[in-house]
Amino acid sequence: MAHLSYEESKKVVFKGLIFLGVITIVEVAIALLAKGQIIEGFHLNKTFYSILMAVFSLIKALYILGEFMHLKYESKALRVGMAIPLILLVWAAIAFSQDGYTFEQRRERSGDEHFPEKPPVAEHSLHDVAH
Amino acid sequence: MTEHTTVVEEHPEVDYGQAWQGGDKPLKASYGKLMMWYFLLSDAFTFSGFLIAYSALRFNSSTWPEADFVFSTFPGGFHHMPLIFVTVMTFILILSSVTMVRAVQEGQRENQKGVAFWMGLTILGGLSFLGCQAWEWTNLITKEHVSLYTNPFGKYEADGVYINEDGSEGETFRAGSGYLVHKHDGHWAPKKYKVTSGPEAGTIKTQVFGPRAFGALFFVITGFHGFHVFSGVLFLLIIMLNVISGIYKKRKNGYEMVEKIGLYWHFVDLVWVYVFLVFYLL
Repeated sequence: MAHLSYEESKKVVFKGLIFLGVITIVEVAIALLAKGQIIEGFHLNKTFYSILMAVFSLIKALYILGEFMHLKYESKALRVGMAIPLILLVWAAIAFSQDGYTFEQRRERSGDEHFPEKPPVAEHSLHDVAH
Repeated sequence: MTEHTTVVEEHPEVDYGQAWQGGDKPLKASYGKLMMWYFLLSDAFTFSGFLIAYSALRFNSSTWPEADFVFSTFPGGFHHMPLIFVTVMTFILILSSVTMVRAVQEGQRENQKGVAFWMGLTILGGLSFLGCQAWEWTNLITKEHVSLYTNPFGKYEADGVYINEDGSEGETFRAGSGYLVHKHDGHWAPKKYKVTSGPEAGTIKTQVFGPRAFGALFFVITGFHGFHVFSGVLFLLIIMLNVISGIYKKRKNGYEMVEKIGLYWHFVDLVWVYVFLVFYLL
């Protein structure tokens, strides 16, 4: 951290610790709240909750990349060179999740017996472990 | 030598003062650090491959185990502590990342003892994380009988009431709550229950296994991450010994090797952010 004095950069570290720690606690608290663990019967909207958690994680990831891994202070070419593939990967993850969802919807509509959506209690596995 | 001079004579118009002649740092990062960044990018591709497989398979399943039910045990025989243990694990990893930053900072001011001290704490953090993961895996495999191919964790899709062996009705449960198909003396013992809500109200059902992919995805992805932590601890140990021996002191480059292993260690923490998100939070 050549851009900062030693004392200043030490402060950045502790700020980082508190920042990441607080976000993690908030994440877990919201997770427990959203799933009805804190208030009986209270659930958050699933899409809203998922986006919220993804945003929190993105903030944490960017902080680790930028401050801890120092990417913020590298040359622009290096920053862009790292950012473009990572953004494409996020896109791929979203695209493939939708692929999986479409597949599930189609299977449900067609009632395809070859892909039972709910695996029955595997009778064979009951026998597998019998001996 | 003669060949070299011929080339120069053939192209007298080339101004070698303008061309890149090596020795420079084109991205203003040293060769070693640049290669570490490229390695981490390739590693990010591997992890993304796993996480993409995870998201495709999870969206492909009509049901998925509830994380706050699956991960609700705590060492010492505690139950009903949803996500508490994994939060502890996350904190350990964040702390070890912070101590790593301190080690890099001490390296930049050539403080040999400081580097060794903070690296030692980082190694301790890494080992604690591995210990936690070992406990988590042991609990899942030996107590709850999850394996690569078997996933006894399921989720109820409707409200219901358990039916005891004598035919009377027992405890009730709500739609969306998780359950674990128990195993007694080597036999699976799925419970019977009566559905009390939805279109199937009134029918008697037996607990079924959850989506099969869960076990394989969980063990492969957290295992791959754990392997990164493990190899990170080994590299940290080697570099810490080098720090103590004084190799990097002679190089006078601000302990750049510590900076490189620091990049790797933070990357492991970065990946955990996403493992934590998809397996424990969502």
